[in-house]
Amino acid sequence: MSTVTKPDTRRLDFGDLMHRYGTFVILIVLLAVASMLSDVFLTQRNLMNVLRQVAATGLMAVGMLFVVLTRGIDLSVGSVSALGSVVSAVLVQQMAPGLAIGATLVVGAACGLVSGLLVAFLRLPAFVTTLAVMTIARGAAFIASSGQPIRMGEAGQTITAFGTGFVAGVPYPVLLMLAVFVVAGLVLTYTRFGRLVKAIGSNRDAVRLSGISVSRYEVAVYVISGILAAAAGIISSSRTGIGSANIGVGAELDAIAAVVIGGASLMGGRGSALNTFVGVFILGIIANLMNLANVPGYHQQVFMGVIIIGAMLLQYGSSFFRR
Amino acid sequence: MTEVVQLSGIRKSFGGIHALKGVDFVLRSGEVHALLGENGAGKSTLMRVLGGEHLPSEGEIRIDGLSAVFHRPADAMQRGIVVIHQEMALVPDLSVAENIFLAELPRLISWREMKRRARDIIQRLGFDIQPQAMVRDLSVAQQQVVEIAKALSRNARVIVFDEPTAVLSVQDAERLLTIIRDLRDQGVGVVYISHRLDEVFRIADRMTVMKDGTTVGMVEKSAVTIDDVIRMMVGRRLDALFGEDVPREIGRELLRTEGLGRGNVVRDVSLTVRAGEIVGLGGLVGAGRTELVRLIFGADRHDAGRIFVAGQQMRIRRPGDAVRAGIGLVPESRKDQGVVLDMPIRVNATMARLDPLTNLVGVVRRRAERQAVDALSDQLRIKASSQDAPVSSLSGGNQQKVVLAKWFHAEGRVLIFDEPTRGVDVGAKTEIYSLIRRFAAEGKAVLVVSSEHHELFGLCDRILVMREGRLAGQLMPPDYSEEKLLKLAMTSNANAA
Repeated sequence: MSTVTKPDTRRLDFGDLMHRYGTFVILIVLLAVASMLSDVFLTQRNLMNVLRQVAATGLMAVGMLFVVLTRGIDLSVGSVSALGSVVSAVLVQQMAPGLAIGATLVVGAACGLVSGLLVAFLRLPAFVTTLAVMTIARGAAFIASSGQPIRMGEAGQTITAFGTGFVAGVPYPVLLMLAVFVVAGLVLTYTRFGRLVKAIGSNRDAVRLSGISVSRYEVAVYVISGILAAAAGIISSSRTGIGSANIGVGAELDAIAAVVIGGASLMGGRGSALNTFVGVFILGIIANLMNLANVPGYHQQVFMGVIIIGAMLLQYGSSFFRR
Repeated sequence: MTEVVQLSGIRKSFGGIHALKGVDFVLRSGEVHALLGENGAGKSTLMRVLGGEHLPSEGEIRIDGLSAVFHRPADAMQRGIVVIHQEMALVPDLSVAENIFLAELPRLISWREMKRRARDIIQRLGFDIQPQAMVRDLSVAQQQVVEIAKALSRNARVIVFDEPTAVLSVQDAERLLTIIRDLRDQGVGVVYISHRLDEVFRIADRMTVMKDGTTVGMVEKSAVTIDDVIRMMVGRRLDALFGEDVPREIGRELLRTEGLGRGNVVRDVSLTVRAGEIVGLGGLVGAGRTELVRLIFGADRHDAGRIFVAGQQMRIRRPGDAVRAGIGLVPESRKDQGVVLDMPIRVNATMARLDPLTNLVGVVRRRAERQAVDALSDQLRIKASSQDAPVSSLSGGNQQKVVLAKWFHAEGRVLIFDEPTRGVDVGAKTEIYSLIRRFAAEGKAVLVVSSEHHELFGLCDRILVMREGRLAGQLMPPDYSEEKLLKLAMTSNANAA
């Protein structure tokens, strides 16, 4: 018996390591593969391009991370980003850009508030609730835009300037995304809010029985997710200067994939901002790599799915095969 | 009388915790063999090994004298061994008949045949349950009958009952004992785990006593008394377990409920606990004790009555209200409700009162928190590698101390303990008792729910006994005896409070 146990424990350690640092291993492997496959990949210009492509996804992934940490899920982020895109494009024609952006974020917050209240206080399942909010937000975006793309034009110049501008070679949207990740990381590590969000996902009952009003925190994470999704919508339209109800279709899946590739548990309690950022980056690299390698669009989707499964196997597979 | 089951030198570890440290156990066919021991002694783990749920780390299982290795419950069932757990393994949304034959459902189900066979088995047990009834709609006692029927349908030769009567009414428990005697007379080997010693003495032929993962001894029922068995279980004299009581001054009333109730579960409960006092809540499982303390703590909402803390009426609708009123609850199920297992000791210990450790923007002041937790760890003697270690890495006793630390840190006035030493080893028990006493000695009010009667007797100044959601009476020190407590807990016309 004792001879059997020894290699068993060593394999357990490997699985544990992969579980903990798998995200980074995947990133390093991908970077290595990418730099071998393409000469242009490791140029600053291309890397910035990758990051700009994922800026909107990154914002949504941060919101998703907070929700997932509480053991919830927010399927509405893609639709809310479309609503944010349309609303900002409409409002910027009528008011100062700052006000328009503020109002758009409020709309996003309202979407999150609806999900949050239903999930936290009426204890509806998050999956179905946010699925409903998803169709509502998408519908609202089509109504607000009458199904037409809305040009921001002259009035939206500030926003498009933000979407296309650089600071020291770094696009503004990338800066914004990085800032949001840093703030999220600090909140999760150092504040009461972050600590309790994780604790709620890990054991809701124990936190409630410590006298903490769990529902308030649960509402808060959906509101955060809504705000960040609306912001992601503004970022998306800031590059083209067009508000559209058609953006962000399936973006919730990218956000969830990023969070999960980042090692967060959909069962709540486990996950970090840094890892989620790496998860977002990984998704961006994969897409970029396939573009550089001239993989056709439809094939890209298939590859993307296969690579995500591979990444998950690397992280979780070892504990599965151990059995 | 042949020996169907022989377990020898069984060891089982989970992580670093040794749950079984070399246990021997022998069961004959046609006997009722009681397995006794305190919570955490390893009884259930041993039976999980026998039932194929755990693979032992070491040791041998012999069935009918032949060595056997069970990788999964199905392996054990194939050899005729069935374990009936406290949490029953029935599918609530399937019918009685389907549940009975769940493991061997044919591809194509003949309902008539299945119902007929199900009815046969149930009638053999002397019950009348419709085979087509949904298990969800049955009473707990009926569900237990279905479990037994399930075992019989597989021609079980060994049936393990883990606390079968804990959730049953007195009458149903009687009927179950009759069934078990019949099974024995038909040659089935029965392992019977129960905390109710009087019941054990009525039904068991032999008893094996376990303590801290080992067998203390195996005795014939006729050779011992209840007191002997208790001594074997506890491993020392009872009063040694509780240590010295600290001098306590009983002061003013800190907790009072008036007519507190919720539906049928808790009805019209009025009680008071004074500063410095330790009051026990006794009664059978299901009498409403846990439900009552959850009402006081706001974990569930009461629909009748009022709660006063230090003479002031408090509106307690959720746990947060109770914590603000100075009430703390050490809940019954430590892992599910007491601690966040995956998070550090530090986070758990300060969770109930983070305000003084948090600055204006909500950032937790790490250094202050570390000092506070260090002080708590010293005070409660929590044994851990560091305060950043996850609670899951601690032993049961130390996990429970983390829950106590949480409420010590919250600095409440009223502390409620629900089964404070469940799953805790004997050494940690003594420490927890002395912590409870110290808390009371600081002028706080303590309410203790416990199903271990000697714990109530050893710890409490007086004991309130509940039955069917009501207070059935009160015991004071000279009257502390198992019989008096059970009489209040079980009979319906004992002297009311």
